[in-house]
Amino acid sequence: MLAIKLAIRNLLGAGLRTWLNVFVLSLSYVMIIYMNGMLDGWNSQAKSDMRVWETGGSQYWHTEYDPFDAFTIEDSHANIPVDFNKGIAAGDFAPVLITTASIFPEGRVQSVLLKGISINQNVVQLPSTSMLGEWDDIPAIIGKRMAEKNKLKKGDLLTIRWRDVDGTFDARDVVITEIFSCNVPSIDAGQVWIPLNTLQEMMQVANEATIIISSSEDDLDILSAEFVYKNFEFLTEEVTKIIQAKSVGTSIFYVILLLLAMLAIFDTQVLSIFRRQREIGTQIALGMTRGQVVRLFTIEGAMHAVLAAGLGAIYGIPLLLSQAKNGIPMPEGTEDFGMAISDTIIPEYSIGLIVGTIIAVLLAATIVSYIPARKISKMKPTDAIRGKVQ
Amino acid sequence: MKTIMIIGGLLICTLGFAQEPTAKQILDQIDQNMSSENRVYTSQMIVHAARGSRTMEMKSWTAGDNQSYTEYLAPAREKGTKMLKLEDKLWFYSPSTDRIIQISGHMLRQSVMGSDLSYEDMMEDRKLQDVYDAELKGNEEFQGVDCYVIELTAKVSDVTYHGRKQWIDKSKLIPLKEELYAKGGKLLKRTVLSDVKKIEGRWFPTKIHYKDMLKRGDGTEFIITDIQFDVNIPDHIFTKASLR
Repeated sequence: MLAIKLAIRNLLGAGLRTWLNVFVLSLSYVMIIYMNGMLDGWNSQAKSDMRVWETGGSQYWHTEYDPFDAFTIEDSHANIPVDFNKGIAAGDFAPVLITTASIFPEGRVQSVLLKGISINQNVVQLPSTSMLGEWDDIPAIIGKRMAEKNKLKKGDLLTIRWRDVDGTFDARDVVITEIFSCNVPSIDAGQVWIPLNTLQEMMQVANEATIIISSSEDDLDILSAEFVYKNFEFLTEEVTKIIQAKSVGTSIFYVILLLLAMLAIFDTQVLSIFRRQREIGTQIALGMTRGQVVRLFTIEGAMHAVLAAGLGAIYGIPLLLSQAKNGIPMPEGTEDFGMAISDTIIPEYSIGLIVGTIIAVLLAATIVSYIPARKISKMKPTDAIRGKVQ
Repeated sequence: MKTIMIIGGLLICTLGFAQEPTAKQILDQIDQNMSSENRVYTSQMIVHAARGSRTMEMKSWTAGDNQSYTEYLAPAREKGTKMLKLEDKLWFYSPSTDRIIQISGHMLRQSVMGSDLSYEDMMEDRKLQDVYDAELKGNEEFQGVDCYVIELTAKVSDVTYHGRKQWIDKSKLIPLKEELYAKGGKLLKRTVLSDVKKIEGRWFPTKIHYKDMLKRGDGTEFIITDIQFDVNIPDHIFTKASLR
């Protein structure tokens, strides 16, 4: 307790030098919490949006289906196993049939994924019900990105060319019945959604699907040789990897800031030990052990981190709270990043993040304070009292 | 007796001409006229895209319906590019990468050098009569030429185009126009053949205009500048070794 009191008195006595160190260190606190909070918020929002719009709780994929291999898509469909029928009727599953096709907006040819989904499904938030009703042409829904890229609007006709299961070309017009806006580009860019039964008829594959979206996260142990269960973690694996990569990238910024702060503390410690040799000698002469003096100086250095936590809290809490409430607006064009990202990211500051950051900075400050303080143990008290440079 | 035989023969001939040939007979005649054991030709392919035109020159060697070898001569960017088709396989050699790649599966559906032709169109080598039911639909004039109009409807499921319509020059028995239709009846591609010349005793169109009807642009022109039929082509031309 005495060491802490002495450390605080010495620190405050150092005046501006202490407060400069404390301010830089407090910036590190706020930056670490802010950046990690933003990434956590992005991660959480991306996964939540994916669940709502694309993945559901889990999915069952045709064994041949690989979304990253266009060559597998046309052959990856099979009869929907009967075990799913009850769940489909109850709205727990949404089968999706996928094939490749070409569209011709303004006479340009563009490859797209043509996806068939049940009109009445409510497993994902796609506005499939807008394809209900009698239409002269095939009703279709597309995402905002797709609409903007191809200058399409609601009510427009679009020629689409595809091949049936035997490879024979067919072409018809589709009418855009709805343009949906969502944060998940993987169900939007380069995709046209039409009713499942229409696509099955077009491809001549009655009652077949490529994937089956489940509202539940649990594996329902449905026996099928052609469909395999994919859990939510697998379906959102790409987002997790991107966030991890981003986390490493952003950590460079605050590591530099932290290093600067640590360097400042280190220098301060070296200077203190050099300038306060008489004090150190006196303390040892009065009965303090070398270890006690080393501890005193180490605590003094580490106290920078405590003061920085206090200072950071003064300006950081209102700032971070305001962002947690209002969100961080994303710049124009982020929707083309290729992953789920909303217009505004709401950061998530967990207790674990805050406590972890404080412990990490405190530990780092303690270590850099201890390293120069070790020199004290080699000092001769008599020389120190005399102020002889050692 | 001799006079009676001559009159009888003339009558049979007159009746024969008066009766319209069947679609099958017309297609057989086209095959006879157009097909050859092999041919070597140089040609130009002019791609009229929405943003301008590109011209490519090439020399091709073909034997029957199943073997074909093409080398691009110009422009400089494409010079040295080679394509080899053997039966149902297609290889492509690009000098810039110095690699031979096999075009297969979905890659066959890509456009050839940005043209209105797909590799798959080039690979089509089954006889029309093997995969289509042909029906003579009547007579029409096309570009001032009297033509038979034949409709072909797929009789097997694995064809690229479900329907075709051809305009056949009655006198020369060569197609002058062809339309390719989707299963639902939508017109997908149109081919117009012109500049018909008599080469080595057979009528042959030397200019072919391909147009993907769903795409913008003025289509692709294919002009044969020189052609020789039934020449001696060394066997090594139709091997993968000739690609490098």
